[in-house]
Amino acid sequence: MLKDILRTSAFPWTAAVLLVLALVPFAAGRFYVYILAVIFVTGLLAMSLNLLAGHGGTYQFHHGVFYGVGAYTAGLIITKTALPAWVALCAGPIAAAAAGLVIGTFCVRLNKLYFGMLQISLGSLIWILALRWYSLTNGDDGIHGIPMPELLSGSVNAYYFILIVVSACLAVMYLILKSPFGTTLRAVRDNPQRCQAVGINVRRHQLLAIVIATFFAGVAGVLFVVLEGSVFPDMLFWVMSLEIFIMCLLGGWFTFFGPMLGAAIMVALRTFVGSYTDYWTLILGVVLILLIFFLPDGIMGINFRTWLHSRERRRAMNTVR
Amino acid sequence: MLQVEDLQKFFADFKAVAGADLTVRKGDLVAVIGPNGAGKTTLFNLITGHLAPDRGRIRFKGEDIAGLPAHQICRKGIARSFQIANIFPRLSVFRNVQVSVLSQRKLSETLFRPAQTMVLEETHRILDSVGLSAKKLDVAGSLSHGDKRILEIAIALGNEPELLILDEPTAGMSPDETTTTMELVKRLAREQGLTILFCEHDMDVVFDVATSIMVMQHGRTIIQGAPEEVRQNATVQEAYLGGV
Repeated sequence: MLKDILRTSAFPWTAAVLLVLALVPFAAGRFYVYILAVIFVTGLLAMSLNLLAGHGGTYQFHHGVFYGVGAYTAGLIITKTALPAWVALCAGPIAAAAAGLVIGTFCVRLNKLYFGMLQISLGSLIWILALRWYSLTNGDDGIHGIPMPELLSGSVNAYYFILIVVSACLAVMYLILKSPFGTTLRAVRDNPQRCQAVGINVRRHQLLAIVIATFFAGVAGVLFVVLEGSVFPDMLFWVMSLEIFIMCLLGGWFTFFGPMLGAAIMVALRTFVGSYTDYWTLILGVVLILLIFFLPDGIMGINFRTWLHSRERRRAMNTVR
Repeated sequence: MLQVEDLQKFFADFKAVAGADLTVRKGDLVAVIGPNGAGKTTLFNLITGHLAPDRGRIRFKGEDIAGLPAHQICRKGIARSFQIANIFPRLSVFRNVQVSVLSQRKLSETLFRPAQTMVLEETHRILDSVGLSAKKLDVAGSLSHGDKRILEIAIALGNEPELLILDEPTAGMSPDETTTTMELVKRLAREQGLTILFCEHDMDVVFDVATSIMVMQHGRTIIQGAPEEVRQNATVQEAYLGGV
């Protein structure tokens, strides 16, 4: 399999991009390194959502919850127990996937919007726990100053850790999407009824996809803790979930890297436009309206090949006439 | 191979299927005919598990399958096509068929092997047999209506069915396409030893292809028999054939 990967045409490009990203801390200031790390973490979260939304066609409306569960699990284990930090970092994604399994088991019984509504309700229960259980979670203050092992502390160390983990996660996601499971998942998105008729257990397939996606959301949550050293209940609030949904739409939700691009745009807008005006969401709104009208499949959803093709065809037809 | 006895299905007060009987023997090409609303599609949905019956029995190879979920019935060897083209519009033609072959081989949940190296031979064989090989890389949603219907049959073949159920395979097709499709159906039955159950509005097609015909009206079976027998039946002539 490794040989296949090395032989693909995308491999040199990916290697080049990774090399550039690995060199960034030598060239750019700490602020930009930090912003890049934020983009990777949010991008991983958005891409994990997109496994379900774009590739799986499920209405995963409250994906942010699993981001929060991953982050809180790591944060609580580090601050409240004597367990080593790496246990906490591994426990985050597992807890998120477990939460995904429990909530998903209920949700996959329903279809489309009803799935989404039930998910918002069940997810909000976890949000309320994080917000109100003061003795455990500090409520709306969140948990701050979560200590990290030497190896991961400092923004450059955190950057490298995040770069490595996110790259590894994307590679695994890519393999999954190219596998029979991924192909079948897209078939479920396109036509669940037909899938049943060819012998696919649609609900089971969706549940497995939910567990995988929530695991990666948990990884993103843990990376957030590594980067920021804090957790707070807003991570589980539905606004967060909506934001990552917008990232998927913005970047192109039928593509692989689209959500990462969407995350980059959102983070950049918030950071750079947000520093001039509090009304940066106004610009986001305009961008979204234009997008829905002109690029309904998102920025990376532009199919340049068909676009060129149709242009050539039009030209050919004109000459015939 | 398949016996349906006194099958009933209600939607609120409406009796969609009010007592259907059907026998399909191995190697048969059975047609179900009847006016619009006679309950043909509902009958097929009951057999394939897309609807659960309220009363009656469905036995497939001696086993009671009434009320099982669709994906389990498919595993027992019944595959189907739908009345409206029911494909995976965003996937390529090749992937459409591959999905069902993967499912049949119980490979759908394989996570870390590239799908593009799997079940290629089988998928190509099916595409060849229905004549869609040249279009295998096209996005399925961009196919012509006729090709979409053929693709549907190809998807069903991916399940290596013993019984293939076709719900109006030629609906919306031009006369040429209809002929090609029915030739394909006959050829599949002959070459692959498939048993086929289908419903169809075009009487020429039905009497040309079917070895046995079942007539439905108001959700009930009026008669099932050989084409000649059905053609001679007085009730059928009155109800449906309009005195042919």
